[in-house]
Amino acid sequence: MKISYFYSTPIGKKIVMAVTGIILFIFVLFHMLGNLIIYSGPERYNGYAEHLRKLGEPFLGENQFLWIARTVLLIALILHIHSAWAVSKTSWDARKKPYHVYSPVQLDYAARTMKIGGVIILLFVIYHLAHFTFGFSWAHPNFIKGDVYHNVVVGFSVWWVSAIYIVAQLALAMHLYHGLWSLFQTIGITANKKRDWRRNFAILFALLIAIGNISIPISVLLGIVK
Amino acid sequence: MKLKLKIWRQKNSSSPGQFVDYTVDNISPDMSFLEMLDVLNERLIEEGKDPVAFDHDCREGICGTCGMMINGVAHGPLPGTTTCQLHMRHFKDGDTIVIEPFRADTFPVIKDLIVNRNAFDRIIKAGGYISVNTGSAPEANSTRVAKSIADTAFEAAACIGCGACVAQCPNASASLFVAAKIAHLNILPHGQPERRQRTIQMINQMIEEGFGSCSNFRECEAVCPKEISVDFIAFLNKEFIKSIWK
Amino acid sequence: MEIKLTTGSSLEIEESNYKFDARVPDGPLEKRWKNKKDQLELIAPPNRRNFRVIVVGTGLAGASAAATLGQLGYRVTVFCYQDSPRRAHSIAAQGGINAAKNYQNDNDSTWRLFYETIKGGDYRARESNVYRLAELSVNIIDQAVAQGVPFARDYAGYLDNRSFGGVRVARTFYAKGQTGQQLLLGAYQALMRQVDKGNVTIYPRHEMLDVVLIDGKARGVVVRDLVTGEIKSFAAEAVILATGGYSNVYYLSTNAKGSNATAIWRAHKKGAAFANPCFTQIHPTCIPPSGEYQSKLTLMSESLRNDGRIWVPKKKGDKRNPKEIPENERDYYLERIYPAYGNLVPRDIASRAAKRMCDAGYGVGPNGIGVYLDFSDAIKRLGKEVIEARYGNLFDMYEKITGDSPWEVPMKIYPAPHYTMGGLWVDYHLMSTIPGLFVIGEANFSDHGANRLGASALMQCLADGYFIIPNTIADYLAPMLTEKKVDTDHPEFKKSIENVKSTIDRLLSTKGKYSVDHYHRTLGKIMWDKCGMSRNAKGLSEAIEEIKGLREEYWNEVKVPGDNNELNQSLEKAMRVADFMELAELMCIDALAREESCGGHFREEFATPEGEALRNDEKFSFVSCWFWNGEVGKWAFAKEDLVFEFVKPTVRSYK
Repeated sequence: MKISYFYSTPIGKKIVMAVTGIILFIFVLFHMLGNLIIYSGPERYNGYAEHLRKLGEPFLGENQFLWIARTVLLIALILHIHSAWAVSKTSWDARKKPYHVYSPVQLDYAARTMKIGGVIILLFVIYHLAHFTFGFSWAHPNFIKGDVYHNVVVGFSVWWVSAIYIVAQLALAMHLYHGLWSLFQTIGITANKKRDWRRNFAILFALLIAIGNISIPISVLLGIVK
Repeated sequence: MKLKLKIWRQKNSSSPGQFVDYTVDNISPDMSFLEMLDVLNERLIEEGKDPVAFDHDCREGICGTCGMMINGVAHGPLPGTTTCQLHMRHFKDGDTIVIEPFRADTFPVIKDLIVNRNAFDRIIKAGGYISVNTGSAPEANSTRVAKSIADTAFEAAACIGCGACVAQCPNASASLFVAAKIAHLNILPHGQPERRQRTIQMINQMIEEGFGSCSNFRECEAVCPKEISVDFIAFLNKEFIKSIWK
Repeated sequence: MEIKLTTGSSLEIEESNYKFDARVPDGPLEKRWKNKKDQLELIAPPNRRNFRVIVVGTGLAGASAAATLGQLGYRVTVFCYQDSPRRAHSIAAQGGINAAKNYQNDNDSTWRLFYETIKGGDYRARESNVYRLAELSVNIIDQAVAQGVPFARDYAGYLDNRSFGGVRVARTFYAKGQTGQQLLLGAYQALMRQVDKGNVTIYPRHEMLDVVLIDGKARGVVVRDLVTGEIKSFAAEAVILATGGYSNVYYLSTNAKGSNATAIWRAHKKGAAFANPCFTQIHPTCIPPSGEYQSKLTLMSESLRNDGRIWVPKKKGDKRNPKEIPENERDYYLERIYPAYGNLVPRDIASRAAKRMCDAGYGVGPNGIGVYLDFSDAIKRLGKEVIEARYGNLFDMYEKITGDSPWEVPMKIYPAPHYTMGGLWVDYHLMSTIPGLFVIGEANFSDHGANRLGASALMQCLADGYFIIPNTIADYLAPMLTEKKVDTDHPEFKKSIENVKSTIDRLLSTKGKYSVDHYHRTLGKIMWDKCGMSRNAKGLSEAIEEIKGLREEYWNEVKVPGDNNELNQSLEKAMRVADFMELAELMCIDALAREESCGGHFREEFATPEGEALRNDEKFSFVSCWFWNGEVGKWAFAKEDLVFEFVKPTVRSYK
């Protein structure tokens, strides 16, 4: 089978990682943009959440779009993680005896921390789902199903919760900074080395997503959003 | 110049190995790095000790035989330079220099700083050639090759097979080596008939040897003595997709 | 014959009555190779599997021969001392490869390439061999291009050419300054393809230490596994040596550190005649040594002399910064002595002039060995951009090695040994005087006479390997089809292994004072001073005595640490230097016996009043061949007369 051979190779896995990375990136981007609606007040924000549930009507029933999207995202996430784990394993196995002195020449912090950053982001996503999506009482004692605005404002008004979110967003920005550049390279799109638009693209969106997302807990803490 | 050296000494592939400290005096800044090691070895021999084994041959940066980690960088601090072309003027009097062999499970240490890089030969054997029997070649100018294509093929073909890319890569990946050879042969019109099978066979061999995966760290490009671009790795990935589905 | 040494003693040289049969075909020059091929025996494809062929060396000659023989179906075993066949020293050839394609329509032809090669070799090569080389040159380019060798191309996509020293047409194909590398990778890849098909087996890190003869025929080799030290033997129906030249006899040369004469020397000691050992080429534009520790010399393309001006200070021992030396205190000696050719005199002239200036005390640099190659006039005249485009990469390389920027200060250059025209004698089939032992590439003596033209070495290696040996070896093997095969149980193999082991034991047990390099440097200095760019009877006589003494000291005083049963680089070197010590003496004897100047062999006693080489065709129009006669110093001499049927030897003039 072509597809299983493809995925059995490290290059195939890297390409899968890149493509699922694009999917996850698009999700993160729209997730951030959607959440900025919070600045227009509770009605429109809750309405946006409601709207998402009804997206695709009349072709899709209520919540169907959301479940399709969640399924795609879940598959993408699983493939992203599995491929990452598998290629990392290949690479660890390739040098079991490490250098005593090793000085990288141009390896940057973001590239070096992709794996640990990915783990941090994964843990955060689990917490985030428990916190705002499922509203487990251990994660969000004041969770009101359907009142997204309330949940966000109340959730972020706890300073350490906001702190977790902010740290996670910084980790995400780092991950995107390398990932968004790297995925072009992996799928074979190159650029002029001196003016690498891929690098600018990565910086732009990594910053955009981090700033957009971080603005919300900060606004809540500062009382701009209440 | 006076230098302190910490050199990895390992009797053979099965012994554990350790660092040994040496001091060398009267090092001229005009010496090459390997000549500095020659001076040390000459002294060790006269003292009745075992000289440091290291690979070297042409000493003009083209055969790809030499190579070691110098203060944690493959071929040392100067970009685009093999160990034999690195001169001592790039170090300071009193410096401590740590010298370690290239490390990768695919490059087992044979002795001291000498490693076995035959995995590269096996990758070439798997498909790194154009199958033309001696005698069956057509007139050379019967196929035109755009200058830009010929120049790009040359850039890729400039690889000297030293293994610094693997040594420096945190993943011990051979992607740059494999990509350079695949790019060299796959972009030339003469290499078209075997394009797909060459790509698949060489990649399969690379996997079988146990090289790591590419994480786009670009360390390989940074230490490559011929400054071969990681763009060829992007090309390799594209070729791989095309080879499977086109 | 008796050769008198100026030191008082004399050498008794036995004159051998060996009758050389070079097996050169008759008929018109341009038909000879074709006629020869038509007469050569063939072996049917299914029968070729019955023949084992050993190839030693994986440079252009060895790799191309092994790949082609594998493709034809022979069972080929290949050895190289390097860790991979791709590293052989052919890889370092810079300039290019000649071929009489006449793509530039500048009236090039096979005849012209042939004629210029014969003339460039100062009429000391065999006409038929050289013509065949010129003929095959075009096929080499076709083969290399089909393999994917990325030669330079013009904007229309056709192959580009450049011109090279001493030639009036543009016939040199090139891949930047890495032509040798690209051609070798082509041959190496062809070789690896045959390994993949199971036709060829490669043993890297194996050094050949003896050739085994059974009933007078070459039937195998003894090699040392350089990793484990194991002495192994391999039997075959024929052995091909493609082990390159012996410039490293000078210690400092442009050859790779590992390049050595051991394979051809051991073959010589088993009966192969050594031809023209004194014919060595000294390249004028190399980076001078910077100190006692110098381990090798680096060549800079001779194209630099197109725009650079060579000079030394007029005052002896002038240590001023070259920029502070005013114009009227500079001696542009080449322009002064050779006004017609100026800085573009041929290699041997330029080399000898540089040596003369330095010997007289005008040399520059910390050790006084070097002359300036100055681009400041050219930069002023043509602009930095033009010079950058022409020589940018060479300037970078120079700066990397010396730390000086040629943009700021003149380059310092000095001649260095880089090629040996001499080698084992071979006939038209490339077979040595030992049946079944073939010698190809720089290791043989065949095509370059007393001086090689630029961009011809690569051509010869590939002609030998791709196109000649595959045909001629079949002719040798065909009659052996029904013979019983020998194997390594034969007592001759055992004997050879014992000999090799005893040499190793002797070297390891000497436990003397000095390292091998110490002796190699000393030997190199003797050779460079007395059997280098210019030679005279006195120097050569002294050299012969000094080498004898040094050799004796070597065997009593050398210190080789470590054991045989491990990777032991000192031992490897010790074996090679032991052979250089013997070869060096033969080179001096040959140089002393050849009482004429020709090509790279310049005897000061035989020069025109202007100092030009004075050839003596009446007495020396022959190939000097030396047979081992049981012990060093006791060679037997024989000659192969050179017959010129198609060109008439004339005086080379550069005025």
